[in-house]
Amino acid sequence: MTSPDATETAICARGITRDFKAGQSVIRVLHGIDTDIRSGEMTYVVGESGSGKTTLISIMCGILWPTDGEVKVFGTDIYSLSDTELVNFRLQNIGFIFQQYNLIPSIDAASNAAVPLIAQGMPLEPARAKATELLEKLNIGDQANKLPNQLSGGQQQRVAIARALVHEPRLVVCDEPTAALDANSGRRVMDLLREVAVAPGRACIIVTHDNRIFDLADRILVLEDGRITHDGTDMPDDH
Amino acid sequence: MLWIAIRMLTGDAMKFYGLLFGIAFSTLLITQQLTIYYSLIERGASGVYNAPEAEIWVMDPVSRTTEVNYAMPATALDAVRSVEGVEWAVPHLRAPASVRTSTGDLEGVTIVGVDDATLIGLPERMLVASKDILAQPDTVVIDDTGITNMFEDGQDPIGERLELNDQRAVIRGVADSIPSFTSQVTLYTKYSQALNYVPGSRNRLTFVLVGISDGEQLADVVDRIEAQTGLKAETRDDFAQAGVQFIIENTGIPTNFGITVLLGFIVGVAIVGLTFSLFIRDNIKQFGALKAIGVTNWSIVKMVTAQAALVGSIGYALGVVGTVLFIYGFSGVPTFKGFFIPWEIPLVSLGAVIIILAMTGWLGLRSVMRTEPAAVFR
Ligand SMILES: Nc1ncnc2c1ncn2[C@@H]1O[C@H](COP(=O)(O)OP(=O)(O)OP(=O)(O)O)[C@@H](O)[C@H]1O
Ligand SMILES: [Mg+2]
Repeated sequence: MTSPDATETAICARGITRDFKAGQSVIRVLHGIDTDIRSGEMTYVVGESGSGKTTLISIMCGILWPTDGEVKVFGTDIYSLSDTELVNFRLQNIGFIFQQYNLIPSIDAASNAAVPLIAQGMPLEPARAKATELLEKLNIGDQANKLPNQLSGGQQQRVAIARALVHEPRLVVCDEPTAALDANSGRRVMDLLREVAVAPGRACIIVTHDNRIFDLADRILVLEDGRITHDGTDMPDDH
Repeated sequence: MLWIAIRMLTGDAMKFYGLLFGIAFSTLLITQQLTIYYSLIERGASGVYNAPEAEIWVMDPVSRTTEVNYAMPATALDAVRSVEGVEWAVPHLRAPASVRTSTGDLEGVTIVGVDDATLIGLPERMLVASKDILAQPDTVVIDDTGITNMFEDGQDPIGERLELNDQRAVIRGVADSIPSFTSQVTLYTKYSQALNYVPGSRNRLTFVLVGISDGEQLADVVDRIEAQTGLKAETRDDFAQAGVQFIIENTGIPTNFGITVLLGFIVGVAIVGLTFSLFIRDNIKQFGALKAIGVTNWSIVKMVTAQAALVGSIGYALGVVGTVLFIYGFSGVPTFKGFFIPWEIPLVSLGAVIIILAMTGWLGLRSVMRTEPAAVFR
């Protein structure tokens, strides 16, 4: 499934523009972004609130249509797919980690982590078994049968990570994965994510404000008012 | 995914029970009220049902029901008997009367005079004494609801003396009969005796009850009787229907029950609609996450449909069982005697439940459909 070539292009974004209507006027949130996201790397997208980070990664992972521009994910021009094809493309290729986890409260951790497999059509029991394996790897195997509200915030985040990775997607996107966690848990989660989500042929994009974890990035993109103003392995000096 | 849908629903116990309650309550109200309505208007035909042997009822052309009737000359009986296809024909008298009880109370009753020889015209079964008891002089048989209306609890009506149009009458039996719409007391007696109880005018023969010969068709005999005698003849079913129709047309009952049924429906829509939209709203983030992960809209439709189907079927079953228990529980009470749930009524309430769920499910689904997957990152 994956290529061992660590520098393979995972996402190729060209001329991405996105406008939002705000009452009568139209606001341009992204101004023709061109960038490539490479496999085998953990790429951070950072920038001030309102700079367009969430909008950018939403477009890159196929859940928000750009006003203009083209996005190829592992060679597929995702916005030329039909609705159903795009939904299916996400199901096969992309793992999501949301800031608010969005776990289903009435099913246990293993079932929550197994959701993508179940959606792919795998029967419940093997899907749960596979999810439980991953939960063990994330050190919460003993929590597999607990409901989300019986878990701590950090544990819930790990269940969410397991859900994002259980179907072995080639692209993992996270929006503010550590925002709800204290410094230590946040760092542990990011270490973990590095360990499991970054691999040859697999790309990981993380949107974050959290300067405590900047040192874990392979590459940092800085977004200002909808434009990329910095692209490097470290944060620019003026930040 | 359906398993997840069901767990999402049942996991939120408050809302799940709220939905079940809404559906069950609506079903109960609609089924129960329609049953009572149906059983009550059916009593407009009780006079017909209480004379089970009669296949055709013959009457004056102006008569409409067993209660709304106009007497014929006594010669009508022979005229009917001479019609081809009539196997037997017997006189049947129905007339209102006032009766004075031994305690001095005055009570309005219906006197039913049945054929002296065959006793055709009596209800099928007797509760106390046998039908032959009518052979004894001055005997009347009272219907079972009549007992509760005319006598105090626990008082034995057998042997009670009554005064009917200055004539003596003694209650010597109790008939197992379907109460009339007004639950008025009915006293059965021999035709010849009834003539004494009903103040004398020339014509007192209200109906002729007819049985047809083997191989004859009811409709043919009815036509022949009407053509040959100039009287009105109706089959048992048609005449029963006429009695029911009379109640429908002349009382506010259909409107009243219609309003209650409508209220049951509206309450159902309100409770279920509100609870279901709250449920969807609480889970909108989860639905959004599922959409982002890669669950198609079609799968989401199936999930919401499964949720609606689950609360629908359990709630509906509870409502119908509730109605059955209600009717069964009250079957001993004279007011509810003979009540039953015809199969069409649960179908009607099932239809109502499906409409309620389709409406609320559609509203909930619309908001899930409208949720953009991108909303999960906000
Ligand atoms: N659906 C929308 N409708 C209208 N405007 C929107 C919408 N989504 C985002 N915007 C606007 O686009 C701009 C960028 O939003 P975005 O969420 O991408 O920023 P962000 O960098 O993720 O900010 P934060 O760090 O606060 O999450 C903001 O000004 C926001 O108000
Ligand atoms: Mg954001």
